[in-house]
Amino acid sequence: MDTAAPGAIYRADPPGGLVVVPLDAFTAVYHRRSGMTHLLTEPAPQILAILGDAGLSLDALLDRLADDYDLADATASALAARLDELVAAGLVATS
Amino acid sequence: MRSAVTDLPPTVAADARLLARALADPGRVMALDAEGWTSLLTIARAEQLIGTLALRLDGLPLPHAVEAILGDARAAAEQGRRAALWEAEMARRALAPLGCPVVLLKGTAYAAAGLMAGQGRSIGDLDILVPRAALDRVEAAVLGAGWEWVKPDPYDDAYYRRWMHELPPLIHRERDRMIDVHHTILPLTARVTPDPARLIADSVPLGNGLRTLSPNGMIVHAAAHLFADGDLAGGLRNLWDIRCLVEEFGTEGLAEKAARHGLRLPVARALRLVDGLFAGGRTSSSDRLYVRRLTARDGWGRPTRPVTRLAFYVRSHALRMPPAMLARHLWTKWRKA
Amino acid sequence: MRHAFALRIGPIGFRIGSDWRAPIDQLRSLYRDYPAPQDGVADYTVRLFARRPWRRWLRPSVEIGGDYMLPEAAPLPLRHGLLAAEMAMNLQMALGARRHLLLHASAVERDGRAVLMTGVSGAGKSTLATLLAVRGWRFMGDEFALLDPATGLLHAFPRLISLKNAAILAAEAAWPDARMGPLMAATPKGNIRHMVPDARAIAAMDQPAAPALLLFPRYGDAAAVRQVPPAEAFVRMTQASTNYVALGEPGFTAMTRLIADVPAVAIDYPDGASGVAQVEALCAAL
Repeated sequence: MDTAAPGAIYRADPPGGLVVVPLDAFTAVYHRRSGMTHLLTEPAPQILAILGDAGLSLDALLDRLADDYDLADATASALAARLDELVAAGLVATS
Repeated sequence: MRSAVTDLPPTVAADARLLARALADPGRVMALDAEGWTSLLTIARAEQLIGTLALRLDGLPLPHAVEAILGDARAAAEQGRRAALWEAEMARRALAPLGCPVVLLKGTAYAAAGLMAGQGRSIGDLDILVPRAALDRVEAAVLGAGWEWVKPDPYDDAYYRRWMHELPPLIHRERDRMIDVHHTILPLTARVTPDPARLIADSVPLGNGLRTLSPNGMIVHAAAHLFADGDLAGGLRNLWDIRCLVEEFGTEGLAEKAARHGLRLPVARALRLVDGLFAGGRTSSSDRLYVRRLTARDGWGRPTRPVTRLAFYVRSHALRMPPAMLARHLWTKWRKA
Repeated sequence: MRHAFALRIGPIGFRIGSDWRAPIDQLRSLYRDYPAPQDGVADYTVRLFARRPWRRWLRPSVEIGGDYMLPEAAPLPLRHGLLAAEMAMNLQMALGARRHLLLHASAVERDGRAVLMTGVSGAGKSTLATLLAVRGWRFMGDEFALLDPATGLLHAFPRLISLKNAAILAAEAAWPDARMGPLMAATPKGNIRHMVPDARAIAAMDQPAAPALLLFPRYGDAAAVRQVPPAEAFVRMTQASTNYVALGEPGFTAMTRLIADVPAVAIDYPDGASGVAQVEALCAAL
């Protein structure tokens, strides 16, 4: 999947769309809409929790990760790579 | 295997009419004994109609073992519906930037539109119809979104591209699900050539960016698929689709629509077979040959009536391809086998 | 079909039809103490049939059919007909099961608590289960264990025990009174002989048990014990399930609950006696 255009808005499923069960360093996530299970590591569960279906731009998401989870060392390019993975998995959509 | 449905003479072996009657008139299953139930469930599985049967019989007081099996079938159908709609959504995401109409076909369309034909239906591949002019861009977009060619075989590929009504089959490398990208609804080798542009122009938006054929378009496509795009295998399920579409939408304007696509006769025959198999209507002698083929399945789930089956197999190839091409096609297949 | 037999193994009913008498007679004899399917309606139908009528007699070759099939299932010679039936029954479970989370695991039970053992072929899950049965554990099955998503309980599936090659002699020595099927030489999997589970396993097969330990045994190395972290246990158990994905959310819920509630341990064991001692020590410490 190509990286989304600059300024793209990233959205996750609305609340209730995911069943999230922390295991250890991994978190098991059941995606109700697809019926698929994903094993995620930080910061993917945090990204999904912040995005919700309202949607955020890459920069806004970066700010929220720093504020809410103290993940200040995340760079925009690293975050974009994680988002691309979540888009390919169908957990995040762009518009 | 004896049938327990009372109006079958007791000496007649069970065939898939047992299933047709249970679908059409669920209350009649109350007369089944254990052997009759076993036959019915086995035939329903073999015809890929167990989920449909489970939804039709939902709420009836059934033996515990039957209720458990049908409960499993309902859960499996629900999970299948979820997976099918997700494939459609992933295709939508991949194709949205192109801005071309994307029309869902067959099972996925029935499920997405919430139609009776989709209730409990097993859904295999994702089938979509796109304008022929957009085919190259659609191909590039699905290849860019994780779908891959199933078989990189030059003969099959050339055959598909030259003569078929769809791209060669593609499978998603992560989700392991197939997509069939159609640009028309029958092979270009078939003698009848429906008008895909018209089908797309008449299609109906679903509200999420995807479309389905119009109700009459769905019936025309289902009938074309039943008679011209296969050897009637899986035919009972396709015929049940048509029965549900007709019940839900009626047949107003259907004959004109069918005629416009060169499919007047298949649609008329499909309606007669629906009436004959699911409503006890009268059938002509040639229709009865189709009924024999559509119901050729015994209580152990085995295909029966091999002569009837072979006749339909040859016939279906003959419909799809002119004879010399058929020979060439078979020869290529044999040589490689 | 010409010859037929129906039976129930744990909660699952089967109907087996055959063009030949021999495989049905063998099934009928080996499964004689098993009940009929509930309400007389089998969950799955299995067919053993000749591709062409003359193949019933001429180099008789058993094609495998049923409700659920894989296209690549190759036929077997008639002398391996019992194996064909067992393979076909397993296949129905692997492809068709939806009521339970199907775990490719052996299981034993004591005091209502079950030990689930899973691992690659040759890890010894089957051997350990039968050795524990000798020690007084109830044998629940050595191929599939059925986890009920609604209750979290494990249901037994004590089908015939399929012994391979060296295990045949070992089992014959260990259980001289056990009822055995025919020795089938030179099958695609080597020599095979089926053993009927002990009477207690069959009599108690309708009693479920609460899973108490997930065990990942490995045969061959010096005795060792390692706690398995939850994510690793989750991945290993989903890989050991043929229908985890097909079950959807109930499967996810059942699996995450199993991982949260039940300790997961990997053991290396050098021989059967050590393995049994390790399992019993782990269970005593729970």
